Amino acid sequence: MPLLEIEELSVDFKTSAGPFRAVDGVSLAVEAGEIAAVVGESGSGKSVAMLAVMGLLPWSATVSAKRLAFDGKDLLGIAPRQRRRIVGRDLAMIFQEPMTSLNPCFTVGWQIGEALAVHLGLSKAERRARTLELLHAVGIPAPERRLAAFPHQLSGGMSQRVMIAMALACRPKLIIADEPTTALDVTIQAQILDLLVRLRDETGTALVLITHDMGVVAETAERVAVHYAGQKVEEQDVRSLFRDPHHPYTAALLAALPERATGRMLPSIAGTVPGAFDRPPGCLFEPRCRFATARCRDKAPPRQGAIAGFALCHYPLAEGRPVGHPDPDAGRERAA
Amino acid sequence: MLSFLIRRLSVVVPTFLAIAFLTFVAIRLVPGDPIEVRTGERGIAPERLALLRHELGLDRPVVVQFLDYLRGLAHGDFGVSISTKEPVLREFFTLFPATLELALAAMLFAVILGVPIGVVAALKRGTVLDYALMGTALAGFSMPIFWWGLLLILFFSVDLGWTPVSGRIDLLYYFEPVTGFMLIDSLLSDQDGAFLSALAHLVLPTIVLGTIPLATIARMTRSAMLEVLSEDYVRTARAKGMPPFRVVGIHALRNALIPVVTVIGLQTGMLMGGAVLTEHIFAWPGIGSWLIESIERRDYPVLQGGILLVSGLVILINLMVDLAYGALNPRIRHGR
Repeated sequence: MPLLEIEELSVDFKTSAGPFRAVDGVSLAVEAGEIAAVVGESGSGKSVAMLAVMGLLPWSATVSAKRLAFDGKDLLGIAPRQRRRIVGRDLAMIFQEPMTSLNPCFTVGWQIGEALAVHLGLSKAERRARTLELLHAVGIPAPERRLAAFPHQLSGGMSQRVMIAMALACRPKLIIADEPTTALDVTIQAQILDLLVRLRDETGTALVLITHDMGVVAETAERVAVHYAGQKVEEQDVRSLFRDPHHPYTAALLAALPERATGRMLPSIAGTVPGAFDRPPGCLFEPRCRFATARCRDKAPPRQGAIAGFALCHYPLAEGRPVGHPDPDAGRERAA
Repeated sequence: MLSFLIRRLSVVVPTFLAIAFLTFVAIRLVPGDPIEVRTGERGIAPERLALLRHELGLDRPVVVQFLDYLRGLAHGDFGVSISTKEPVLREFFTLFPATLELALAAMLFAVILGVPIGVVAALKRGTVLDYALMGTALAGFSMPIFWWGLLLILFFSVDLGWTPVSGRIDLLYYFEPVTGFMLIDSLLSDQDGAFLSALAHLVLPTIVLGTIPLATIARMTRSAMLEVLSEDYVRTARAKGMPPFRVVGIHALRNALIPVVTVIGLQTGMLMGGAVLTEHIFAWPGIGSWLIESIERRDYPVLQGGILLVSGLVILINLMVDLAYGALNPRIRHGR
């Protein structure tokens, strides 16, 4: 049984202009000790899906799913009190903005110790010892001095290390990291990713990494789910995804990596992710897809099997060529 | 810290000079001087009037009088009351505990009710409860103190007979003031019922004086709380699985209180102004009544000294609020 089971998860937001579906039938299973990545552009619903798992969405959101479970416990109909026994203890999350995610009015030691006190009921001395151990584990120099530090005295990278220490406090089974390196300097990004992978290796904590950065995915993840406009469009293990992407969106994302650029111009994907009110009737990627046909325009695409990376596509790619496409070479000319 | 204090205090001296000058001039602009007011409509012989004015030094040029007054101030001499012949400073300190007792009670009332009301309104934003609380607060904020005080007296004292109409304690009780605070002195006096009598006398003035601060604090708490509740660190607290009372009452409230304390400080200053009216309505023997009576008597030294002392108090309170920031907001404490 997977540690985290998400089946057909949908999230709708009430807005003044009517309901808006931010997450649309997404599925994901994460095994214990695994590193899974969820990749997608801004607005692809990747963060919202994970916030739904944590139960952190605002009241205006409605969550529905065929199954949403963590460690065998159903998270959908769970009472808030029961959920709080899981969240923050076995299931932790770190966020994109470390500088604003720490409470400015409390010391680092207090904020880490709080989870230890509430979840584990540790005494003051035990909390101090464990906090020092955690700060040491996340690579903070001179942890004794950092205990009394306030968040504004820390750099962004330090703050994120503190956030990670906080997430690790109760030895969780899974950590969800929502763009943990996006707000950090490039040099610090690599350190934080290394830290997350190293901690997984040491503690066996599974990791769900939400990112828009294919470079981050390549360095850390073992399995990748690609999200587009609230839907999962492809899921594969990381090597095969990079070698042979099956969804045209994944292929376009990989082609847009600067290090893969061959010409003088950086390749990009024209257009933007559709919003609430300009959703295409058929395939959501159709307006931006270089292989799109009339069928893609009119009919929602089927979910392909494992061999085609569960691609949500009428003509999944194999070795870069759309399978079953009426004119497999059309897209190449348009792209060129 | 020390340089901060010095910088603040260096502003205090010019402020005091300005206040001394303004009150000195303003009260002399009011028609009628202490002698004319005392002789009444029938008047007295011009020679006698001139003699009495000369005795008080009122026949000298205003500039000379002002400089003379400043010289006295520099020696800590606030002058002598024209009507009672008592030193202004001694009268002030005799009456001040009554005002302080009332102001503290009003502030306590405003904070104890205002902060929870603001928090509840923020948590229930957009609901009927929120609108009801904030509508009432707006009404309270706009309440004319005079009318409100008379209304409460009519209802609770006259119609229902629950509370006394005026004064600090029933005439039945007499004891020498020890601290000047009626609640404490009545307890020390060991007379049966004295404390309850003092308490009953305090209720209506407290409500009347506390209404505007209560409304202001409730509205400020609500808006500060709304802002803080959408902060990332509140989401972090929830992601740690903290129960709602910790998320709201510790993580959010601690941050929301920073602007609320500013308002409390400003309101405490304004309370002195409000106390003048409230004390007058309830015949409360404090600084307010004293000042109003002095206006009627054109008791120049009392007005000059009294207003200057009250201003000094307000400045002192504001300074204390600035220092309190440091205790509440670590970002200020460490910002040299």
